[in-house]
Amino acid sequence: MTTEIARHWRLNSQRYQLVGEVCPKCGVKMFPPRDVCMECADDTRQPDFQFSGRGEVYSFTTVHNAPEGYQESAPYTVALVKLEEGPLITAQLTDVVNSEVEIGMPVEMVTRKLRAQGEEGVIIYGYKFRPRLAVAG
Amino acid sequence: MRDVSIIGIGQTPVGEHWGRSLRHLAYDAVAAAMRNANIERADALYVGNMLSGEISGQSHLGTLIADFAGLRGIEAVKVEAACASAAAAFRQAYIGVASGLQDIVIAVGVEKMTDDVGTQLSAGLAGAADADYEVIHGITFVALNALIMKRYMHEYNVAREDFAGFAINAHANAAANNNAMFQNPITKKDFVNCGVVADPVGLLDASPMADGAAAVILCPTEQAREFTDNAIRIKASALATDTLSVHDRRDPLWLQAAEDSSMRAYKQAGIGPEDIDFFELHDAFTIMAALSLEASGFAQRGHGTWLALDGEITPEGKIPISTRGGLKARGHPVGATGLYQIVEAAQQLRGEAGNNQIKNAALGMTQNIGGSGATIVTHIFERVNQ
Repeated sequence: MTTEIARHWRLNSQRYQLVGEVCPKCGVKMFPPRDVCMECADDTRQPDFQFSGRGEVYSFTTVHNAPEGYQESAPYTVALVKLEEGPLITAQLTDVVNSEVEIGMPVEMVTRKLRAQGEEGVIIYGYKFRPRLAVAG
Repeated sequence: MRDVSIIGIGQTPVGEHWGRSLRHLAYDAVAAAMRNANIERADALYVGNMLSGEISGQSHLGTLIADFAGLRGIEAVKVEAACASAAAAFRQAYIGVASGLQDIVIAVGVEKMTDDVGTQLSAGLAGAADADYEVIHGITFVALNALIMKRYMHEYNVAREDFAGFAINAHANAAANNNAMFQNPITKKDFVNCGVVADPVGLLDASPMADGAAAVILCPTEQAREFTDNAIRIKASALATDTLSVHDRRDPLWLQAAEDSSMRAYKQAGIGPEDIDFFELHDAFTIMAALSLEASGFAQRGHGTWLALDGEITPEGKIPISTRGGLKARGHPVGATGLYQIVEAAQQLRGEAGNNQIKNAALGMTQNIGGSGATIVTHIFERVNQ
């Protein structure tokens, strides 16, 4: 259980804040962060990069047969979201009816419960995406 | 580098083997292959398997299978590369013989999936994807394929029913394979009306999970005649990797590792896709069949389903695929699948494929995919004796 906590705790800045990296050499923005640039293989220390959390739906589907730990939220919609800074990210969509989701729909990041492990287990929180709210005029 | 040939093949039927455990299934396939090759000993055993630790609570599979197959003492290890484990194990066996370090080598793929059904099995299979950035979001293996298929349909303006030919061909071919899990033909109507698993993936787009084991024996080609008159030569062997997660791909609709491994294989063999007589591809989902045909040079980008629509993938077509049922209908015991493909390719080239026999088959290709395209192993085989 304690190691399970560390495994998730060390990803807090990714799960809660969408912190990735930008390659100092070629400038590509990466999420999740890596030790070696995925484009130019540069391995110098890559500074953090805060993603805006805005993007659009690249693809989506609905999971009915959920794996252990996810049954209580099934059926749920998972998506590949194209972040406005470039990378694709895998996440659930939330605050939306499945039938209203479409490719290209603008979405934004919110923090939600990802997984529960019974009554005593750790509850894991992280990013999901919801339809981007229209800016009030 | 020495030239290497297959001198023996063996397999168990694919299905639900409630009375046989992991070790017994592996033994059945190994023993059948050893009998087929007329050998009583080997220098090494490579075991392809994905889920023994997760499902059967059993690690250390190389030693277990060697021990139970009466081969105690020989070199033996497990090779794991998700659904590509068996072809990866076969490639290690090939490297062992080609290098000159080992002479007679066994490769076996085995998977026991029915010891755990439902949510835990689904979680185990998801282990092929990125645990921290895909699986944590409740993604399943089916869902990853659904994400790719939906985008594919959107980008190339393809309908789900355009994929029907892949499933229909697989089931039609499996009807003549006694070792196949589903020996029933299906119709286009069945395909269109089947239940949805994860939109747009329907039940008949997806291959069934199953138990099974398949094995081959390898030796240097120059020694093959001592054991058999119908040795099958390994003309090319290549394994390539891509990003582990789908979201990190430059183009999620392109199997770069399939292109890389197939191009390396064509180069080794000195041939092109037009020379291949049949192709055992990894139709775990219909979308994977389309993507594999495109990246391996049989169809243009976005045109993979055209081959299915035109009947070119059937036994009489230009590039027959899944000739003994494929993953879709023979069944997909994940860590064993790559060796089923290779055993079936050997059957075709030996002329032992019964009612599935491709006429004048001289060159066959197999392609085994781990994860949603992350590890892809391509092999090309040819008849040694005409």
